[in-house]
Amino acid sequence: MRDLMRVNQRETIAFSVLLVLLVSYLATHPAGPTPYVMTIWANQCLILALAAIAQFFAVIVRGIDLSVGAIMALTNCIASYLVIGTGVEMTFGIIVVLAAGVGCGVLNGLLVVYGRIQPIVVTLATASVFVGLALLLRPTPGGQIDYDLADALTLDVLGVPTALIITVAVIGLIWVPLRRTGLGLGLYAVGSSQQAAFQSGMPVARIRLASFALGGLFAGLAGLYFSLVTTTGDAGIGPNFTLNSIAAVVLGGVALRGGVGTLTGAIAGAFILKTIGALMFFSGLPPLAQPFVEGLILAAAIAIGGADVLRVKNKLEVFGR
Amino acid sequence: MPRSETAIVRLSGVSKIYGATRALSDVDFACFAGEIHAILGENGAGKSTLMKLVSGVIRPTSGHIDVDGARTDLSSPADAMARGLICMFQELSLVPDLTVRENLMLGAPGRGLGRLDTAVVERAKSILSQIDGDAIRMKARVADLTLAERQQVEIAKALSRNPRLLILDEATSALNASVVEKVFRLIRARRDAGVGVLFISHRFHEIEALADRISIFRNGSHVETFDNGAYDYGAIISKMVGQRIDDLFPAKPDPVADAEEVISLNGFGWGDTLDDVSIVLRKGCITGLGGLDGQGQSEVLQGLFGLLKGTRGDCMMDGRKITVNHPRTAKSPKLGIALVPEDRKTEGLVLEQSIAHNMELAALGVEGIDAGDPAIYQPFLDALELKCDSLDQTVSELSGGNQQKVALTKWLSLGPRCMLLADPTRGIDVKTKTQIYALLRRLADSGVAILLLSTDYEELIHLCDDAHIFYSGRVVRRLSGADITAENIIAASLNMHETPAAAEGIAHA
Repeated sequence: MRDLMRVNQRETIAFSVLLVLLVSYLATHPAGPTPYVMTIWANQCLILALAAIAQFFAVIVRGIDLSVGAIMALTNCIASYLVIGTGVEMTFGIIVVLAAGVGCGVLNGLLVVYGRIQPIVVTLATASVFVGLALLLRPTPGGQIDYDLADALTLDVLGVPTALIITVAVIGLIWVPLRRTGLGLGLYAVGSSQQAAFQSGMPVARIRLASFALGGLFAGLAGLYFSLVTTTGDAGIGPNFTLNSIAAVVLGGVALRGGVGTLTGAIAGAFILKTIGALMFFSGLPPLAQPFVEGLILAAAIAIGGADVLRVKNKLEVFGR
Repeated sequence: MPRSETAIVRLSGVSKIYGATRALSDVDFACFAGEIHAILGENGAGKSTLMKLVSGVIRPTSGHIDVDGARTDLSSPADAMARGLICMFQELSLVPDLTVRENLMLGAPGRGLGRLDTAVVERAKSILSQIDGDAIRMKARVADLTLAERQQVEIAKALSRNPRLLILDEATSALNASVVEKVFRLIRARRDAGVGVLFISHRFHEIEALADRISIFRNGSHVETFDNGAYDYGAIISKMVGQRIDDLFPAKPDPVADAEEVISLNGFGWGDTLDDVSIVLRKGCITGLGGLDGQGQSEVLQGLFGLLKGTRGDCMMDGRKITVNHPRTAKSPKLGIALVPEDRKTEGLVLEQSIAHNMELAALGVEGIDAGDPAIYQPFLDALELKCDSLDQTVSELSGGNQQKVALTKWLSLGPRCMLLADPTRGIDVKTKTQIYALLRRLADSGVAILLLSTDYEELIHLCDDAHIFYSGRVVRRLSGADITAENIIAASLNMHETPAAAEGIAHA
């Protein structure tokens, strides 16, 4: 039990912070905790959560992905052409959108793994390429997404926001099974100590490639869900999401040095970040002061996670964190 | 010991070249099933390179490797493992952020990236229980384990993979004698069941006790292979170093009666780890700390060096009470305390930096010392005969022994009054060991008070004026002079008051 608490300590803190923020948000919202309010909130959170998952897969193997937002923009623009029409056409469209996401991730991965270039440099470059393609597709925002499909996935089921159901499904159907495979374990091993993973007989190159591919897939899913929520295509959405996805994984207890953290933590971090933003909106603070206060809350939330350093009795242990 | 005719692994004319360095040149070497084959050699003799070749971590520059008589290209550790060549590396191959259980499952053969194999965990657990590793919790993070526990996990991990050839590279360097004996029992049982074992160790008595055959390497060449017992101690050492070393340890001078006290610890304690430890360090004396691993010895050194918060008891220097709460205080000329830590790769050195930069780190910020002046390091580098291309070489390129020389020089340059050393010869070759021993003796003669933590009881016997044996965070026995014997140390380490019959078997004659 002691170990379990310790291993999940960062996540436990993240979830507690989220709960406090959500309660205060619902308490300050003029309309109160109605399904409508919850749905709007959950949709915004899920978009960032999917982006944060994409970032998580890069960070966990000791990388970073500056192209998360760009992949979202590109897939969003593709979706604004293809996710409309008959059922067959939409299915085809969704497959193309996600394939584009995976393709972007694989390209990043190939350059990082076989080109032996640092992830931060690779993804900075590819981000420009992806945004460039998105701009070619949609020089100005426009296009359309099938409204029925959008409604089906962005409203609520019996009062429960569909976005929350999707969140739970991602954890239960993708993350939990993945964690029980050699790939799931390999992601952590490679991020924590690439040398040890290699000497233990793990295929390090393939694992890193798979990690970037998964990151691309989730960036594509984030782009797709963004399309469903906004029902248009916009090539300019990238930068904001890239930075927020990094902030979200840090908030969720994922260590930027790799090897530590969970996908559920990344999701919690994304939800926290969006909830802080939403709280600001209804807080009555002057709009110009909001970024300042938002930053303070963000810094405080991260500090809670690091507070246990103060309890360390052996100073050498501080550096091992 | 009968052995099969086909070698499990045979190297023919193998060379490995890194840049300008020939790590191995034209080596012919074979290892058979059912034998324990020890590899001996000093730093840079090519032992680790040989192990890495056999376990698929690196590939030969020229020459070829046969496995079971068939030409093979061992392309990766996974490939070697699939053929039953399992290596336990000196640089630990455990992932620090994963739990013990996860590490045991990592890379288990035959599963690849699919579902994890939990059967391997059960096998490893039963192995751990045979080598005193029951206390290691499966859900503990590897980073939270002691070095000794990590080695136990490494051994269990390697053995649970059912090796046909088991490669042990300094596998037992942090383990104490009684655990080592249990590990050896397991290894002998595997040997009798037809497993081949390649064994690197710098502890002679271990090789004497375990090996069937011994191969000697020197400067990247295979010198000779012979049956254990064919040569005596001295002859083996001279084959290794190419010159004869008569005595491993320098002569021990007679104890100075009533040498001046430098530091005295009274009733020192910290959390649950240490309690009521009283130790006196005297000018010109080498004081030893012994016992099983993790009994609190390391914390004494860390506490003296200002790394622990909330310590109990008094620390007196020159009759005045002092408080050391930061390494900066400890190293200031007023106190002059230096600590050469246990793990040189993480605590002792910045591996990616050059030798020169590493050496400057301790002297920086100390009043009255110019850290940038190479002259303050040179005498120690000369005394220790550091082997390097230039002082601008990165430390990670050096062999373990040479790295330790840099870690020592870094602190010696401050001219400390009191030197704390945590197992300074762990995993280091014989020649470097003798150099370090000689240096410690010279330092003591020049008036430095030395506190030496050691897992090798021969060091306590031959170097120390008195030895404190730890058990469960307390000093259970103080030995001095002629009382420092293998029997007494082992008995005290196990917290037994009589010399047990079992210890006789472990004790090196």
